[in-house]
Amino acid sequence: MSVGLQHYLVVSAVLFSLGLLGVILRRNLLVIYMGLEMMLNAANLALVAFSRFTNNLDGQVFVFFVITVAAAEVAVGLALIVALYRRRQTVHAEDLTCMKL
Amino acid sequence: MAEKLDQIFVQAKHELVRWLLCHVPGAWAEVLSALLSIATLLVAFAALFALTTLLERKGLGRIQNRYGPNRVGPFGLLQPVADGIKALTKEDVVPRAADQVVHFIAPLVLVVPVFLALAVLPVGRNMVVVDLDAGLLFFFAVGAATELSVFMAGWSSRNKYSLLGAMRAIAQMISYEVPLILSAVTVVMMAGSLSTVRIVEVQAGFSGWLPHWHVLTPWGLAGFLLFLIAAAAEANRCPFDLPEGESEIIAGYYIEYSGFKFALFFLGEYIGLFAVSGLAITLFLGGWTAPLPFVQWVPSYVWFFLKLLSLIAFFIWVRGTLPRLRMDQLMSFAWKFMLPLSLINLLAAGLWRFLPEGLTRWAFCSLLLAAAYIGLGRSLVQRRNLGRRTYRFAE
Amino acid sequence: MTADLLFYLFAACTLVCGFLVIANPFSLNPVTSAMFLVLTMVFLAGLFVLLHAFFLAAIQVLVYAGAVMVLFLFVIMLLDLKAEERRRLKVFGITTGLIAVGAILFIFLNTLAQAPLGASTTPELEGTTMALGKLLFTRYLLPFEVVSVLLLVAMIGAIFLSKKELK
Repeated sequence: MSVGLQHYLVVSAVLFSLGLLGVILRRNLLVIYMGLEMMLNAANLALVAFSRFTNNLDGQVFVFFVITVAAAEVAVGLALIVALYRRRQTVHAEDLTCMKL
Repeated sequence: MAEKLDQIFVQAKHELVRWLLCHVPGAWAEVLSALLSIATLLVAFAALFALTTLLERKGLGRIQNRYGPNRVGPFGLLQPVADGIKALTKEDVVPRAADQVVHFIAPLVLVVPVFLALAVLPVGRNMVVVDLDAGLLFFFAVGAATELSVFMAGWSSRNKYSLLGAMRAIAQMISYEVPLILSAVTVVMMAGSLSTVRIVEVQAGFSGWLPHWHVLTPWGLAGFLLFLIAAAAEANRCPFDLPEGESEIIAGYYIEYSGFKFALFFLGEYIGLFAVSGLAITLFLGGWTAPLPFVQWVPSYVWFFLKLLSLIAFFIWVRGTLPRLRMDQLMSFAWKFMLPLSLINLLAAGLWRFLPEGLTRWAFCSLLLAAAYIGLGRSLVQRRNLGRRTYRFAE
Repeated sequence: MTADLLFYLFAACTLVCGFLVIANPFSLNPVTSAMFLVLTMVFLAGLFVLLHAFFLAAIQVLVYAGAVMVLFLFVIMLLDLKAEERRRLKVFGITTGLIAVGAILFIFLNTLAQAPLGASTTPELEGTTMALGKLLFTRYLLPFEVVSVLLLVAMIGAIFLSKKELK
């Protein structure tokens, strides 16, 4: 059986779940962030696969936007983490229990 | 005759593939052809690397009023061989605290991508390993791996100097990648394609005596100079070699590397220099095209490698001449001078594209760029960022 | 045939590296995670190439493996993180997390199995730079401009946040 849309979607689904697992299980803010990136990428893979197998370029344009947004998000998020670390000397989600900085 | 000489390597490859196909199934044709191109490229650039190390040491020696290597072989010609043997037989020291795996992989992460980047450079007529639709993008994408390798080397060594060197190097590479790509974008705008082969084709041809090289236009000249400066910074060449400044942080991120791994870093750095110089040639100096109409009978690859060697000679000359920059000077130069100038250059290229041909557009674009250059340069110098160093604590 | 083999290779590598990002049995150091994330991105770019999205594959490597990951590593270097000490993992948290994610994965795969995807037509689409660019500058011009504003905002935000004297 040749590789079709279904195969790519399965890979995408599993990758998404792995990212979600990382976000839920890990306590390090940086690793949580990496999990988020993986989830975004899983969505990208699904979009590109759909675009390829339905002969429609719109999906790829969407991926382009997702990548841009992800880059912006990472820049701001990491800046937040750095600012947080300066205040609290930790990047552990469990140590950040106060509402006030 | 000239035509035959020009295509001799292409023909040879076709003949070789045809001969090999007698022995293997026909489905292998593409694989064989690709493998042959890759092998040739690897050999050619590795040989160029050996030659360049010798040239550099000789040239630097001459600039510094000494002989340079002259003991091994006639005129020291076999020095690269001796260096290779030395690097191979030396003990490979890995610090006990180091992250063994990352420490081992780092040089590979540098060497493999820089060789990959060579794949999209057209070294002659019909002589390119792959003609990608987004070749330029591919070049910059694989170039991104060098930053990763620098980080891996610096971080895994568990040494403060290597970490400092890595941080400096990454900060520098990120800063200079912006003007590098922006000055390449001007060419993409004019050629209307990201394919390196197409970009060279656009520059083929002559008007009168002058070739249609991009460097012979105001925006092209500015772009070429910006590209060259940024390329020197990307390749960690002097005067931007402070990530590995021997006298400050003793070789920076590869302080803990010895033996063959060090040689691999060395190789990767030089091949990276060749790749980025080759890209400069492709984008601005007309790739493999001849500089004058009456020397077009000289094979195309000869022109490419001549241009490459002259750029390398230029880099060696710069290394022997200019002192190293300070970190703050380096950063302010990138962000306050290179970046605005490359943006204005982008504007100038756009104007050039849409103004009618003739003297007006020459004058207009040159004036714009000259004004930007003078204004930005003035503001840099007035802030004393590039001025003379003032000693506040020691006399 | 070769493409199919490559698909399985890339897919397996992507998933294995993705797993090692979140749960590396050898080290819980964020640097190792980041390195495996780079590998995941590169193999994903390989999958993009198999889907003939060449432009996106190059962008993926350039943006993720180049910019985003370097940012991650730089932050890790700045923060001077010690290897994450092995905290006592809460059994309750892990089991509930696993169950939740497992349920979501089950829903995904179940939907996929039942979805009428149809016999996939022979794809002819090529994700060339030209075609993508045309679409981006005609139909998607407004989103394109909005995204560039977003990048500017993100840049200003990042600079503001990372200033030392954050009030």
